[in-house]
Amino acid sequence: MLSSQIKSNEIVFGSCNKDLLEEIIFYGIGLGADFVEIFLENTDNSSVLAEEDFITSVSPSFGRGAGIRIFKGKKDGFVSTNDLTKHGLMRSVSQAIEMLDITDNKREVFNGLNKHRDYSLSKRKWINEVPSIHEISEKLLVSTKSLKKDNKIITRKGSYSRNLQEVIIASSDGTYVSDIRLHQTVGLNVIASDAQYRSSGSRRFGSSGMPNEFRLWDHEKAANDVFESSMNMLYANYVDAGQMPVVLANKFGGVIFHEACGHLLETTQIERGTTPFENKLNEKIAHESVTAIDEGISEGSFGSLSVDDEGMEPEKSVLIKDGILKKFISDRAGELRTGHKRTGSGRRQNYSFAAASRMRNTYIAKGEHSKEDLINSISEGLYCKSMGGGSVGATGQFNFAVEEGYLIKNGKLTRPVKGATLIGEAKEVMPKISMCGNDLELAPGFCGSISGSVNVTVGQPHIKVDSITVGGR
Amino acid sequence: MNSREITTQISKAADFLNLKKWDYGASFSNDYSVQVDKGEAKQLKASQKQILTIRVWNQSNLVGITTTSDISESGIRKALKQANIASDFGNKNETTEFSPLAKDPIKVKEFKKRNPIGIKKLLTLLRGAEVKLIESHESIKSVPYNGLSESFIERVYANSEGAFRSYSKSQAALYLYARAEEKNKKPRSSGSVKLGYGADDLDIESCIKEASNKTISHLNYSSIKTDKYLICFSPESFLTIINAFSSMFNARSILDGVSLSNKNSIGEKLSTEALNIYDDGLHEKNISSSPFDGEGTPTKRLCLINKGRIDNFIHSESTARIFKTIPTGHAGLGSKVSVSPDWIVVEKSEKNFDLKPSLDHSTYEGEFVYIEELNAIHAGVRASQGSFSLPFDGWLYKNGKKISIESATVAGDIKYLLKNIVNIESSQEVTTSGISPHIWVDELSITGDA
Repeated sequence: MLSSQIKSNEIVFGSCNKDLLEEIIFYGIGLGADFVEIFLENTDNSSVLAEEDFITSVSPSFGRGAGIRIFKGKKDGFVSTNDLTKHGLMRSVSQAIEMLDITDNKREVFNGLNKHRDYSLSKRKWINEVPSIHEISEKLLVSTKSLKKDNKIITRKGSYSRNLQEVIIASSDGTYVSDIRLHQTVGLNVIASDAQYRSSGSRRFGSSGMPNEFRLWDHEKAANDVFESSMNMLYANYVDAGQMPVVLANKFGGVIFHEACGHLLETTQIERGTTPFENKLNEKIAHESVTAIDEGISEGSFGSLSVDDEGMEPEKSVLIKDGILKKFISDRAGELRTGHKRTGSGRRQNYSFAAASRMRNTYIAKGEHSKEDLINSISEGLYCKSMGGGSVGATGQFNFAVEEGYLIKNGKLTRPVKGATLIGEAKEVMPKISMCGNDLELAPGFCGSISGSVNVTVGQPHIKVDSITVGGR
Repeated sequence: MNSREITTQISKAADFLNLKKWDYGASFSNDYSVQVDKGEAKQLKASQKQILTIRVWNQSNLVGITTTSDISESGIRKALKQANIASDFGNKNETTEFSPLAKDPIKVKEFKKRNPIGIKKLLTLLRGAEVKLIESHESIKSVPYNGLSESFIERVYANSEGAFRSYSKSQAALYLYARAEEKNKKPRSSGSVKLGYGADDLDIESCIKEASNKTISHLNYSSIKTDKYLICFSPESFLTIINAFSSMFNARSILDGVSLSNKNSIGEKLSTEALNIYDDGLHEKNISSSPFDGEGTPTKRLCLINKGRIDNFIHSESTARIFKTIPTGHAGLGSKVSVSPDWIVVEKSEKNFDLKPSLDHSTYEGEFVYIEELNAIHAGVRASQGSFSLPFDGWLYKNGKKISIESATVAGDIKYLLKNIVNIESSQEVTTSGISPHIWVDELSITGDA
């Protein structure tokens, strides 16, 4: 029997569900919805934790669910459920219609779903290609053993997680898409201690769509990096607070651009009226040395997608070109409410969230300088080799912890310092990024926002900020 | 399926798979929420969710676990099979057992369960609140972050030895974050959160008033000079700090080497004798209370700091066994069972002779910084090292004036902070995360850009 001939009263992943999906969308349109979107998800995840020389946690999980979104005008109603039967999905549509209080007789036209765009065909084998729990455990234990380089290391941890997500997206504009996403991450953490001194170090690595990637991960290099970082910081003194020039390292240094500026370029911020860049399109918002990009297409990067959670292929969006604001990151609701065209950035953690405009792989493009050029240009300042997490307040102020920092004196790196926090506001700091290095690198991360936690990449070359507030003691 | 039927289903499937020892935790919820934007409904949301976590012990008494949202017959069977496979990787060095208290009678306060008021009424209430908040002051231009929700939750724990616990409750939440703008000044934002058993219990008026007052009070702001200051922590901000460093009382964190405490820290002096801290999940003001933890252990009040000294750690079943004590009702079900506090209550003990009662935030006339709210906790706290560097909202009180502080951080060390408490005010305030009076601390570093 051809898959398209399967008639079912329940969603079956890996099969054609066109008739059932069309019936549900017709039902919603018939009740007066302007637009109906169905997002279906089937997940198969597992995670493993190694502590010291033992596996202490293995956690598999699986689940299924649906998120149904109905638009009427600019309003939307969203219902999520674990019930994937025809009855359950129709009940969810009815609930969304009722919430929106749709009573008018105006009916949109639904001409049925388009030809199925199936991005999952070549990916169905992934589940058999990813490493087994046994293989993961063995490599994690080797990794934590590699961290045992000094008796001052008192805690060693290695963690791995794998998320396999199968999605089906269908909507009343004809969109009918299937995809499978695979994300793997592995991280190492240590705590070093000597008398009253304590330090920690951590690194995380991640990929999308590359089942073999964990096998290729250079655990020895990662372990050396984490070990050296923690030992360098063990006896560090607290940094003195003040205004100073800083050099931010490449890779995860890009988290500042992501948090402090990237979020302000999402259309959800325009909808809320909380971005200072709302009316700045084609105006200078950053130093001319800054070009910033958000895209979902770099092969294997943690924020890459074949298709976003609204069924659109991701585009490469040049957000800032030579300091000039060129584009916002937009999803379906963003386009409807702000007029900015969709960029293939409609993303969500899972079926229980409505999609929103979210970053994917976001980075500052490389410049022409070497790392040494940047450091040599500073007489007194701070080199932020490794950044911790941070946050941005409701009015745009950001704060970021520096995990591994070194003072710069007369163009040279000197002693390590701890306790530094970078404080500022995007619109004030962006014009102060005066030099960009030629060593762009990306790093994986998780971004939490309105539609939950999504996989992203942050990145940048080494960059110099002429002046920023450094919090310390 | 209801919770009894699920238990029966799991039991049957376990028998079929020849699995003798198992337990599970489950939660079932229905949530409804609304957001508005300048009088219009923005997003209306409903969700029905079910999460089932099953643990299985194999013949070597090693534990495996699986979590699923599929509670169909086939889903349950698959979960048991996966958990059984995972048990091959169970931790041989730290075994897990059922809680010895999983069948103990529970002292449950009466759960005030409310009926849903429905999306339309939620929307009407939130629209009204948004309008009132915007009208409360000419500088308040919008309420960009807002939401009103109601949830109906059932939680269950059961095991193969016949333990069965369940409870259901309702909960509602309202948050309003206003944005104020004045010419030639940076926009300022602040807000308020209220919890209740149902939407009709929420004190909407006080939420509007608090959000308005807080936002307006930050309109006249100024930078602060980097220096050391006398600090007054609001109840909310002090509870934030204590929760951020709760690994000091957490037996799991101690065993994992990520706590500032160690196995022998009971009795260690951390602070003035005037300080008592309890964890009291069943406190009558705790809207989110649960009568039992993830392992079925009853929740109870536990003294963490008694007259400045560490009095107890919080435990799961396995940490309690290692520490030769009993579980305290703080476990979260997982492959590696987590331990976390419920609801922190900070009090002034009767031994409070070394405090400076003249330090009262409403009457003190000297210079001090009042920390209203700490932000970016996930980024600015190094719990394993004891240090913090956190942005905050607050004011500088100086020369009889109160000036909002623009963009500053407070940094220090938790042990230094606790040792330098110079006053604990008498009056306690209830917050969404616990109860505390205002707490005064001498000499903490503040970084500003003045």
